Amino acid sequence: MYGLDVELIFRIAGIGIFISVLAIVLKQAGKEEQAQMLTLGGVVVVLLMLIQLISELFADIRTIFNLF
Amino acid sequence: MEIARIVGFALVAAVLSVILRPDKPVFSMFLGVAAGTVIFLSLLDYLAAVLQLLTEMALRADIPHIYLSTLLKVLGVAYLAEFGARVCEDAGEGVIAAKVEFAGKLLILIMAVPLLEAVLATILGFIP
Repeated sequence: MYGLDVELIFRIAGIGIFISVLAIVLKQAGKEEQAQMLTLGGVVVVLLMLIQLISELFADIRTIFNLF
Repeated sequence: MEIARIVGFALVAAVLSVILRPDKPVFSMFLGVAAGTVIFLSLLDYLAAVLQLLTEMALRADIPHIYLSTLLKVLGVAYLAEFGARVCEDAGEGVIAAKVEFAGKLLILIMAVPLLEAVLATILGFIP
C-alpha cells in the first residue's frame, strides 16, 4: 500500500473551513472585497498543493503505462 | 483489509467535501480531486504488479511487443481521460467533460491505427 495520507485531505479541508469562516466574519465586518481576496488566496494555496499531487500522479502513470 | 481503509478514507473525504460545499464549493471540488488522486496513488503498486504480470505472460506467449505497448498506452490514455472527464463533470462542467472524453477517444483511435493496419495485412495475407 502506498499509504493513504489522510493528512493532505485534512489540510485541504482545514484551510477550506478556516477560509469560509474568516470570509463570513469579514462579510459581517462589512469588508466584502477583503473576504473575496482571502478566498482567492486560499484557493491559490490549495491549488498549489493539488498541483504537486497531480504532477506526482501523472509521473507515476507515465512510468507505469510508459505513455509519453 | 485495504478496502476497509480505502472506504473509510473515502467517506471521511466525502463528509468533509459536503461540509465545505455550501460556503465554498471550490474547496469541495479540490477535496474530491485530492481524495480521488490519493486513493489511486495508494493502489498504484497493485496496478503495476498486474501490468507486469500481463507483460510477462504476453512475452512468454511471444506476442510482439508492439501490440502490448500500444495496449498499455491505450489503457493509460483511457484512464487519464476518464479521470479528467469525471473531475470536470463533478465540478458541474458537463460540456468540458464531454470534450475531454472526445479527445480521449480520438487519441486512442489514433494509437490503434497501426494495429488495424497490421490486422488488415494479416487478413489479406490469408487470401490466396
